[in-house]
Amino acid sequence: MKVEIANLSIAFPTPRGPSLAVRGVSLTLGSEKLGIVGESGSGKSLTARSLLKLLPPEARVTADRLAFDGIDVLTATERQMRSIRGKRAGLILQDPKFSLNPVMTAGEQIAEAWRLHRRSSRREAREATLDLLAQVQIRDPARVAGAYPHELSGGMGQRVMIAMMMAPDPELLIADEPTSALDATVQAEILRLMEDLVSRRGMSLILISHDLPLVSHFCDRVVVMYAGRIVEELKAAGLARAEHPYTRGLLACLPTLSHPQPRLATMTRDPAWMDGSS
Amino acid sequence: MDGRFQLIVVENLVIRFGKVEAVQGVSFAVARGAAWGIVGESGSGKSTVLRALAGLNEEWTGRMLLDGAELPRRRNRAFFRRVQMVFQDPYGSLHPRQTVDRALAEPLVAQGIGGADTAIPRALDEVALSQAVRFRYPHQLSGGQRQRVAIARALITSPEVLLLDEPTSALDVSVQAEVLNLLSDLQRERDLTYIMVSHNLAVVSHLCPMIAVMQGGKVVETISAEALRAGRTTHPHTAELRALSTELEEP
Repeated sequence: MKVEIANLSIAFPTPRGPSLAVRGVSLTLGSEKLGIVGESGSGKSLTARSLLKLLPPEARVTADRLAFDGIDVLTATERQMRSIRGKRAGLILQDPKFSLNPVMTAGEQIAEAWRLHRRSSRREAREATLDLLAQVQIRDPARVAGAYPHELSGGMGQRVMIAMMMAPDPELLIADEPTSALDATVQAEILRLMEDLVSRRGMSLILISHDLPLVSHFCDRVVVMYAGRIVEELKAAGLARAEHPYTRGLLACLPTLSHPQPRLATMTRDPAWMDGSS
Repeated sequence: MDGRFQLIVVENLVIRFGKVEAVQGVSFAVARGAAWGIVGESGSGKSTVLRALAGLNEEWTGRMLLDGAELPRRRNRAFFRRVQMVFQDPYGSLHPRQTVDRALAEPLVAQGIGGADTAIPRALDEVALSQAVRFRYPHQLSGGQRQRVAIARALITSPEVLLLDEPTSALDVSVQAEVLNLLSDLQRERDLTYIMVSHNLAVVSHLCPMIAVMQGGKVVETISAEALRAGRTTHPHTAELRALSTELEEP
């Protein structure tokens, strides 16, 4: 198993005592595409980031097991974590505008990622950069390599991010709302690209999103989170057979083109969803 | 297009930013009590049209009419009494250091309307917010509550027209459903006229029976929600957007 999480809880201190943002989450991941879906505050991003130990310093993490490829993340040193982050597990965030360095060209940033994780000459890194940009289907790699982030569109920036993350040939890719800031036409291309790279390299993927239909289209398996807990786990193809009222509610409240409704269904949140007694 | 029967008429609207023509001759007309949708991707010019209509951009050529009367470049107070706007991000459009009470009182003061003490509780009621919200600050509210406050503020001076710029794009889907239901209820109760801009075809078609599809600063197709649902599109860009939207609807 690439990833093992058992009984993970993440708490933040507040004036009124610790507030639990993630409560007893357990999941495992092999060479597959897993979607984590939930609304804002459901704990989906925290769960994924805990794997890379990228949580705010005040976060209190407890777990029976939190492991990446057998390495216990809870007890790992910063030095050990640095050999995982970027090199063995890449992270792609929502907005490339904030993830890319604004004063370095796209090519320099990809080459830096390449050289940091492999011993190679500048020339080799330069060649690898152009090759990576071609792999993320950029038509004119040389031009994009010389461009600064502000000269790139959102979709182009996200391709550069993906190329940078692919440079060290990681085993796991965590994508946190990678296409939420993009237009629908670009979103489809970026997701197809990620899917293609992940399956060709036999990587594991964790795709985090608020968009349940989208995630189930691109993943093998989907976990639905609500208020820090996993309320349901589904085969992506079995979305229509979701049983938990929260999952069904998430699907029912979406307006669709194919099934017009005069009024949208709204959700009545059952307090029992919080503690898992439902 | 006959101005007497249309509450809002936009004719040959052109907007330039430097050398870029962001809006290239857009025309449409919206009848009183109708809901008109504008969809398009980023950079299509959809929000630029809406902002010019709201008077937020004075650099335009063409004609814009409200109730048959030509709109001046600089809008007057009477215009804002009749036309109000709701923005995408309620966190950005509410003053962080003003309470909800102050945010709701301001349009009344600006319009010289009294009776804030009865108008504010009524406005909160209408958008289904509890009275306890009245003396809170924006950061103490959820995203959905903040958007309800923004809608209450837009409606407190009883306008006839609401301009909605991606009103639910920043909200969770369950909250989006509540806000869309609220917008349809309010439209029915108050006979409001809506112009709504969004990138989401399903959201626009839910609220608006008629939709203009924009691409590259032009309206490439005007289509009824019904024809869009049935796939009777005439422009390839509309067909592409429709395909991307319906593709994800089938599990």
